[in-house]
Amino acid sequence: MVLVLIGVSLLVFTVMMLLPPGQRVAAYVTNDRVSPAQMDAMIAKYGLNDPAPVQYFRWVRNLLHGEFGYSITASSPVIDGFVRFFPVTLGLVLFSAPLIILVGIFLGTLGAVRKDTPTDHFTRVFAIVGYSLPTFWLGLLLMMIFYGFAGIFPPGTVSNDVRNIIYGEGYHQYTHLLVLDGILNWRWQVVGDALYRMVLPTLNLVVINSALIMRLMRSSMLESLGQDYMMTARAKGADRKTLFRRHARRNAMLPVITVSGLTFAGLMGGMVITETIFDRKGIGWWMAQAALQLDVAAIMFNVLFLGTIYVVINLIVDLIYAYVDPRVRLS
Amino acid sequence: MHPRLREMLFTAKRFLRNPLSVIGLSLIVIFGVIAILAPVLEPPTNRDPYKIPHNGYRIEPSPPSAAHPLGTTQQQYDMLYGLVWGARSAFKIGVLVVAANLLIGIILGALAGYFGGIVDEVIMRIADIFYAIPFLVMAMALVVAIGRGLKAVIIVLIILEWPSYTRVIRSDILVTRGKDFILAARASGASHLRIIFSHILPNAMYSVLILASLNIGTTILTAAALSFLGLGSETGTADWGQIVSLCRNWIVGTPGNRFAYWYTVFIPGFVISLFVLGWNLLGDAVRDVFDPRMRRR
Repeated sequence: MVLVLIGVSLLVFTVMMLLPPGQRVAAYVTNDRVSPAQMDAMIAKYGLNDPAPVQYFRWVRNLLHGEFGYSITASSPVIDGFVRFFPVTLGLVLFSAPLIILVGIFLGTLGAVRKDTPTDHFTRVFAIVGYSLPTFWLGLLLMMIFYGFAGIFPPGTVSNDVRNIIYGEGYHQYTHLLVLDGILNWRWQVVGDALYRMVLPTLNLVVINSALIMRLMRSSMLESLGQDYMMTARAKGADRKTLFRRHARRNAMLPVITVSGLTFAGLMGGMVITETIFDRKGIGWWMAQAALQLDVAAIMFNVLFLGTIYVVINLIVDLIYAYVDPRVRLS
Repeated sequence: MHPRLREMLFTAKRFLRNPLSVIGLSLIVIFGVIAILAPVLEPPTNRDPYKIPHNGYRIEPSPPSAAHPLGTTQQQYDMLYGLVWGARSAFKIGVLVVAANLLIGIILGALAGYFGGIVDEVIMRIADIFYAIPFLVMAMALVVAIGRGLKAVIIVLIILEWPSYTRVIRSDILVTRGKDFILAARASGASHLRIIFSHILPNAMYSVLILASLNIGTTILTAAALSFLGLGSETGTADWGQIVSLCRNWIVGTPGNRFAYWYTVFIPGFVISLFVLGWNLLGDAVRDVFDPRMRRR
C-alpha cells in the first residue's frame, strides 16, 4: 500500500514535470502581479530547473512538512482551500454513497428474484441507461426541469438567508458539515436548506453510479440462486423470505462489496461534474477550476489526496470482505 | 458444412435473436453511416470541416428553423452540422483510443503473462498505480500537463486505459500458458514469438474484444466530460461534449416560456447518450455471444 502511494506521488510528479518551470512556479506565487524577472528569480530560488530527482525529493519533503504551495483558484494556501472545500464534498458523499449502494443492491436483487418479469426488464433498462448517460447532461436536464421549469431545487450549497445564519452570531461551525452543524446548533432551517439543495446532485450521482452495482448484484444473485445450497434450504422448508435474504443475498453480496470500492472512483469523477453543474464549491469544483486555470499546486494536491483516499478505501473494503466472507474469516 | 462456417452462423443467429443487441448494432451502423456521409449531409464551408459554421455572434441560441433544422447553440453555431461532424470526431476518438490500447495491451500483457517473473511484477505494479487514482481526475491532470485540445484528450485516454487491457490479456495468457498444446508447440521447437502470436493470442482474443466494445462507450463519455469541462476541443469544434458545454447557461428559459431553450440543452446530450448506449448494448451482446459460459445456454 505504501508502495502504491509512493508510485502515485511519482506519477503525479512526472505528469506535472511535463509543464515548463514558468507554469510550475505558480505554486509559490502568492499574488498575480509578478514581473518576468521576479518569475525567473523564483524559479531559481525554488530550484525548478534542478534535475528531476532533486525536485521530487524536495517536493515530497515539503509535503511531509505540510507545505502544499499556494492555490490561485482558492486565492489562499492549498491547505486553507482544502479545509474550505472539503466539507462540501464530504457532505454530498456521506449523503449519496450509501444511497448509491443501497439502490444498486435493492434493484439488482429485485431484478434477479423476479427474473424475466417486467420488473426485471425495467431494472435492466434503468441500469444500462444509467451506464450510458453523460453525468453532465443528466445534471443539466434535471436542472432544466426542476429548477428552470418548476422553480424548485435551486443550485448552490445554501441560500443567502442561511449563509447569514451560518456566519452570524451564536452559530458555531463545529465540523463545517452543514447538516451536522445545523443539528448541533439546533437550527433546523440550515439543515432543511442544505438537504433541499442536495436532492438534485444526489439524484444525479445515484442514477449514474448505482448502475454498476445493480448489474453486478443481479448477475451475482442469479448465480447464487442456482447453487445447490439453495435447493437444500428449500428442501428443508425455508420460506421465500429466508431463502432470498439469508441464503442467496448474503453470498451474492461478496463481489458487490469488492466493487463498491471502485464506485468511489466513479463517484469522485461524477463529483467534479456534479459540483460544477450544481454550483457547489467542493473539491470537485476546485479541481475543475484548477485544471482550467493551470493551478498546479491545487491539481497535484487533489490528485494525491484522492489517490490516497482511494487506496485507503480499497484497503477498508478488503478488510470488510475478510470479515463478511466466512471462508476468509475462519482461515 | 464447414464447422467454422457453422459456428459463425450459430454466432450470428444468437446475436440477432436478442432485440437489444440488434438495437445496439443498428444505432452504431446509423452513426457510422452519418459519420461517413458527413461531407454529403452537411457540406463543409470552412477549410477545416471540424469548425462549425456560425452566422454572427448573437449569444442567445435560435430555435429550429429551415436554415437550422435543429436550431443553434449560443453564438449561433449550427447544431445539425456540429452533431453530424461530431459523429466523425466521436468515432475517431473511440477507434484511435481502443486500437492503440489493444496494441499496448497485447504487447505488455503478452510480456507480463508469458515471461512472468520480474517483467510481470514491474508491469503489473505500474498498472496498479494507474488504478489507484480516480479516472476522470487523473485525466484532467494529464490534459493540463499535455495541453488542451482533442489530440491531447486522445493521448490522455490512451495513457490511462492501457492497464485494464494489459490486465485482461495477461490473465488470459496465464490461463492458456499451461495448456498442453503450448507445451507441445514448445517441444517441437517453436520460438517465443510464434507461440505468443499463433497459439496464445488467438485464444485470448475474445475477452479483449468484449472489453474493447464495452470500453468505447466509457471512452466517449470521458472525452465528452473533458470537453464539457473546457479541457477538450476549443469552442466551435464539431465535438459533442463541447457542444453540450455551450448550452450550460440556457437551462433557465424566458419568463413567458420556461422551456424556451430546451433544444440546445436536450439534443446534443441525447445524441451522446444514444451513441454510448449503442456501444454498451453491442458490448453486452458480444459478451453474451462469445462468452463460452453463456454460449450454449
